[in-house]
Amino acid sequence: MSGKSQNALPHILILNDSVIQCEGSWTIPHLMRLDTALNAIQWPVVKELVWDVGNIRAMDTGGAMVLYRTLAILRANGQGVDVRGLRPEFDELIQLVASQWEHVHPTSPVKVLTPTTVHGWMSQHTVPLGNALEFVGETTVHVFRSLRRPSLIRWQALFHSLELDGIHALPITGLLAFLMGVVIAYQGAEQLRQFGANIFVVDLVGISFLREIGPLIVAILIAGRSGSAYAAQIGTMKVTEELDAIKTLGLSPIQLLVLPRVLALVIAVPLLTVYADILGVVGGALVAFNELDLSLTEFLTRFEEWVALRHFLIGVGKAPFFAIIIAVVGCYQGFQIRGNVDDVGRKTTIGVVQSIFLVIVFDAACSIAFSWLNI
Amino acid sequence: MTTDIGHTANPVIEVHHVSTRFGASVVHEDINLTILQGEIFAIAGGNGTGKSTLLREIIGLQTPAEGRIRLFGQDMSTVGAQPTQDVYRRFGVMFQQGALFSSLTLAENVAVPLKEHTDISPALIRDLVALKIATVGLPGDSAGKFPNELSGGMRRRAALARAIIMDPELLFLDEPTAGLDPIIAAGFDELVLHLKAVLGLTVIMVTHDLDSLWRIADRVAVLGNGTILGIGTMEELARSTDPTIHEYFQGPRGRAAQRQHG
Repeated sequence: MSGKSQNALPHILILNDSVIQCEGSWTIPHLMRLDTALNAIQWPVVKELVWDVGNIRAMDTGGAMVLYRTLAILRANGQGVDVRGLRPEFDELIQLVASQWEHVHPTSPVKVLTPTTVHGWMSQHTVPLGNALEFVGETTVHVFRSLRRPSLIRWQALFHSLELDGIHALPITGLLAFLMGVVIAYQGAEQLRQFGANIFVVDLVGISFLREIGPLIVAILIAGRSGSAYAAQIGTMKVTEELDAIKTLGLSPIQLLVLPRVLALVIAVPLLTVYADILGVVGGALVAFNELDLSLTEFLTRFEEWVALRHFLIGVGKAPFFAIIIAVVGCYQGFQIRGNVDDVGRKTTIGVVQSIFLVIVFDAACSIAFSWLNI
Repeated sequence: MTTDIGHTANPVIEVHHVSTRFGASVVHEDINLTILQGEIFAIAGGNGTGKSTLLREIIGLQTPAEGRIRLFGQDMSTVGAQPTQDVYRRFGVMFQQGALFSSLTLAENVAVPLKEHTDISPALIRDLVALKIATVGLPGDSAGKFPNELSGGMRRRAALARAIIMDPELLFLDEPTAGLDPIIAAGFDELVLHLKAVLGLTVIMVTHDLDSLWRIADRVAVLGNGTILGIGTMEELARSTDPTIHEYFQGPRGRAAQRQHG
């Protein structure tokens, strides 16, 4: 076929009110033009409409389909049709369309919300809670089993996770904690100076940081860094059927994948919290020195006297629970991914949002409980 | 794409002196091929002989280290020589795993090229898609399903429907029957023959399915040791004295396939 004949625009001419002459390329690139033209024509009503298609230079399934459809509609309306000059290779295409036409029309019925689909929707959206409980339970069982037999723990995966989620998180955690310390001290400095209560900046930075801000900032960062990574890693393994392979090899995905990650975070998050506490307080001390003329010695003396050890212990004590929440939610969302690339992104996002949400809810619950207990 | 008059055997693909290297390892050395219009051309060979690499080079996904590849006379192999959009519309590719977009339904997958490359109305697209889905032998109710809800064989057919939705002139199949059961694989071979006859396709397939080779391939090129060991019809190759080809076609599986089809 020559390029010239292929690019000839399709034409439909009506001659003598009874002969339809078709020309040009009846192909997909010209299909819209053709369809519009065919739909606009008022077909003459005669005993027999002659379709002279001998001048159609090129045809593909698209062209064949609109030709077949037009002829079928005419015939259905009782119009006699005589097709002349159809090339044998085009006829094959028409035959192909004819043989499959019943599948093209009628089109699929509209989806209606029936009781069964409602039931499906319900079961789809209520199951996760049950799944989540099952997952938490299974993980807990595995934790206790490995505590009794430490040889069950995958040490290599654990240390790998510690490096990725702990050591590699040091620079960003340190920087952010330092900056948060600076910000809190600055905001406090403005107010405290008005009352000449400069020294109280130590209490402000020390208590708020050790008790709340240090652990929270670490948890939020780790949820974003590691929680999302866990969901995506496990989800991808699900998509590539690696999880199925693990199961068929008689191994437990929870033992192999979840446990090392949970343990790694349980170790890493408290350590990161201590580190964040130090850098946050250093940030605060720097601002106190700069803005409130508080020397480092004064700062440290006051810190030792007035910032009780329990604030530090409460902060660091919450960290392992934050770690468990982040690791379990991240891994759980990874397991929820169902063989679909879109799902990986969606479940990862859900994992991060849920773990940050749960961390803050847990933190609020702790605050209330501690205030009742007066600690 | 179109069935038109005069099936003169024009070369649609020309591969000239192509060499491929990944670092120090040589995949191809001086490959020469000409594929003619209207034939079913198979690229065969053992695992790791660079069959899929050659296919990827022909369709422009990869650039060979040396040599040139021309598709419909357009250079696909020179770095920087962007083939025009037109070339992409003139061929369809079915990837090994189907490569269906997992976030789209089967019908939406098949409709992608029409939506992206034409101004055809949604109603007409829906009809064309339904026609192609029926043509590849998939039931109508599978149109709304997502790829992960389809079986391996159905996914292959869906990928084929997407590859032929624009009625291309050339169809590339990468291991079309690998991993399918013999009955479904034979059905797939029949489908390819049928589509070739009706749509006037030229088919280039990479395969090591000996049954497929005997059943549908007009000519076969056997790759091995970085070069083309032999090229010709299956009957010709079966008589070859090259030890690798001999082993490939005269092994127990090769002989069984030959008895059945030859």
